[in-house]
Amino acid sequence: MDPLAAIKVTFFQECEEQLAELEGGLLAMEGGDHDPEIVNAVFRAVHSIKGGAGAFSLEELVRFSHVFETALDLIRSGDIPADQETLKLLLRSADVLADHVRAARDGGSVDEGRSSAMAEALEALASGMGGGGEADTGDGFSDFVFNPVAIDLSDTAAAPDASIEDLLARVTGEVAAADADEGAEGDVTWHIRFYPQVGLYQKANESGLLLRELARLGRIDVRLDVSGLPNLQNMNPEDAYLGWSVELTGPAIEEAAVRDVFEWVDGDCYLDIVRADAASAQTLATSIDAVGEVDVMALIRAAQAAEVPGAAMVPPSSGSAPAGAPARAEPAKAKEAALDAKAQAAAREASPQTIRVDLERVDRLIDLVGELVINQAMLTQRVAECGLQRASSVAMGLDDLEQLTREIQDSVMAIRAQPVKSVFQRFPRLVREIAAMTGKEVRLIMEGEGTEVDKTVIERLSDPLTHMIRNAIDHGLETPEEREAAGKPREGVVKLAALHRSGRIVIEISDDGRGINRPRVKQIAVDKGLISPETNLSDDEIDNLIFMAGFSTAATVSDISGRGVGMDVVRRSIQSLGGRINISSRPGQGSTFTLSLPLTLAVLDGMVVTVAGQTLVAPLTAIIESLQPKAADVRNLGPNAQVIAIRDTHVPLIDIGRSLGYRTVTPPPTEGVALLVEGEGGSRAALMVDAIQGQRQVVIKSLEANYRPVPGIAAATILGDGRVALILDIDAVMVPKPHEGLGAAPASTGGGYDLSAAPTSLAKVG
Amino acid sequence: MEDIIQRKSGDSIELISFRIGEQEFCVDIMAVREIRGWTPATSLPQAPSFVKGVINLRGAVLPIVDLAARMGMAVTEPNERHVIIVTRICDQQVGLLVDAVCDIITVDTGTIQQTPDLACDVVKTFVKGLLAMEGRMISLISLDNVLPTLEAEQAGAETASILAA
Repeated sequence: MDPLAAIKVTFFQECEEQLAELEGGLLAMEGGDHDPEIVNAVFRAVHSIKGGAGAFSLEELVRFSHVFETALDLIRSGDIPADQETLKLLLRSADVLADHVRAARDGGSVDEGRSSAMAEALEALASGMGGGGEADTGDGFSDFVFNPVAIDLSDTAAAPDASIEDLLARVTGEVAAADADEGAEGDVTWHIRFYPQVGLYQKANESGLLLRELARLGRIDVRLDVSGLPNLQNMNPEDAYLGWSVELTGPAIEEAAVRDVFEWVDGDCYLDIVRADAASAQTLATSIDAVGEVDVMALIRAAQAAEVPGAAMVPPSSGSAPAGAPARAEPAKAKEAALDAKAQAAAREASPQTIRVDLERVDRLIDLVGELVINQAMLTQRVAECGLQRASSVAMGLDDLEQLTREIQDSVMAIRAQPVKSVFQRFPRLVREIAAMTGKEVRLIMEGEGTEVDKTVIERLSDPLTHMIRNAIDHGLETPEEREAAGKPREGVVKLAALHRSGRIVIEISDDGRGINRPRVKQIAVDKGLISPETNLSDDEIDNLIFMAGFSTAATVSDISGRGVGMDVVRRSIQSLGGRINISSRPGQGSTFTLSLPLTLAVLDGMVVTVAGQTLVAPLTAIIESLQPKAADVRNLGPNAQVIAIRDTHVPLIDIGRSLGYRTVTPPPTEGVALLVEGEGGSRAALMVDAIQGQRQVVIKSLEANYRPVPGIAAATILGDGRVALILDIDAVMVPKPHEGLGAAPASTGGGYDLSAAPTSLAKVG
Repeated sequence: MEDIIQRKSGDSIELISFRIGEQEFCVDIMAVREIRGWTPATSLPQAPSFVKGVINLRGAVLPIVDLAARMGMAVTEPNERHVIIVTRICDQQVGLLVDAVCDIITVDTGTIQQTPDLACDVVKTFVKGLLAMEGRMISLISLDNVLPTLEAEQAGAETASILAA
């Protein structure tokens, strides 16, 4: 990949992050959070996208983000109130911006009508607030560009010192004339001293542009400092001698915003940013910078010290920089500034440092740690075989090793873990779009977005969740009129919540709509021949009918849901992740779907069993219970089939040993253990095994990588004794076979654990 | 494997020779990853009789093919004196169960003789050439068809390139 393309890839990755931040910020604002930092973050997100897009000449993207940015800038400056209407517009604009980014990345085009309509709406919003503000952000500084100034060298030859200063002073004068209005009430003033070093220019930065960026933040008064300038004879044309001191005044300018301007030249210039009325804050901020982290107690002490009259106020050491900052310290302001600094430091904490790592490397590491776990287990077993005492130093050392290994495994797994936010964040848009399409009023509440789960699980959650949210709005929620008639607020609520529960992640999708219409559901199931009319079903069982294949309650196939994809597909995709799905519903009050998923696909909770001398692992998620069959409960059905009575129901009794071809004669069921399992379709069976060895977390190993799929087997794993054990494909062994055994043709129709995404099968992941 | 035979005389290749029963065979050393002793394998359901099962090769699941059974000879009852030759065939690793590894031999490709026309299909499938060495006959084995999924259609280019490497 050529370097530019690589940078572009990074740009688009960052765009995704910026878009997420943009949407998150707008949603927070919609939710009533008026923290100026959020507005700034939103603005910055669009600004960065625009900047990057400009660098790559992505015209469309630049154009739209520019309009968007202008509108956001006015909101940031407070010229446009951030009311609900405006925010709705901004959210929709964020959607269009996302489309633009995607179009720029993947080729393709954006819905031109929608885009231009949105751009017009944004422009109308921007211009609607009156000319003054407009001038503030744009026209007022259009002339604020550094123009080359011709220097008459004949003059300088005569009197070098004086004439350069004169000339430069003239230039400075022009700059300073940009705006000299005095600040209004509530304005803050920042003294910025900016002394570029030679490195800044070597990296092709331009002081003039930085000053212009500053001008965007508020009124500025720029003074050029030429005191560092040597005689012309001694001057190195490639060195940097000039400095500027800027007085920046404007409403609610945050230090962070000022610092952002200089973000790219950090380290290549001497930069000093002081709030004019609280020089003492500078001392605090410097101390924070120096330590690198917040010591709240120190801050408070410093703030208290500032309150003591006559306390030493050390102005920032100016070093080579000349003009000292005014040090008018007011104790109260100092305290305020200390709090500001604290908030700022907290914000810094909130954005932890990250690195981008190739997923393959992480997977390799996870693989290796899996080996380590196995090896450690083997070692423990060997030591136990040697008959060493539990209290011996070797055994104790091994215990420590075990603990360490577990911790390493957890930490490595945590690398792959990501907050569900990355999938949740696309739903606000989805909800807006579906709400617009159906004419329903919907509010989406999201909880637990920080809940972490394996990246692969997250990726594969997106489709089922999308489908369920569509369903919740399309089928679950009533129209605003119906809701009013039912005495509910017009706006329906769809809630998406994620939480960790006993080593699994639980995701709930609930709505406050009409709930499952049970008589109708049952009628449809009967009509479609899924159940017989006489079947007596509990409410719960009726609710679960919607998961059956071929079931769809929507009377009409709507644009939104019901594209031939039913809840059975959702259920299957959840089960392929080793998860379960449940529904609970109350008529008139809404439905809740509960998904429970493993945190990772690399390991699996399994029941280790013995069958015909072989050790097998059954996925714990499929097992409902295990029981010792009584002779009276087992009945023959037909020539060679058996069923077992478990409470009121009869389920097929399947001997795993025989169905896998390990033996031809089934031992009496009473001598073994039956595992009651539930397959994908919700059907149940009792699987006969000889004995249960125990419950264990196993690392999933692919069989296909070096061999081929084996019917009835989902994957392999390596047990503590170093031997390979096979993991059962519950669905495949449950499927009734036409002949004895599973035969050569795979009996499973795409069932069981789909391991294609498990990190162990590198061939497919990579 | 064809290309080994077609290489002009003077090119030499290294082969690992091993013994199954009384017969001696060899494979291109470039296809061999390692050689290890027999460890009990976990048998696979519905596997062909020549697939002994799978073993744990430092975390990878390695299928073990009983080469004797694969070539239509008697099924091996392995003990700790048997040897597994870990080979790489296409993108898969496969362990070959043999009686013993004999030697590493360097031969001139020109000395590899065409397999004589025999009625036996198995010989045609697996033996790609013969070597005469010190009065012994060593059969050059083609690994293409060892695993059932790799049979027939998958042979060809990939394997040739591996062996040529």
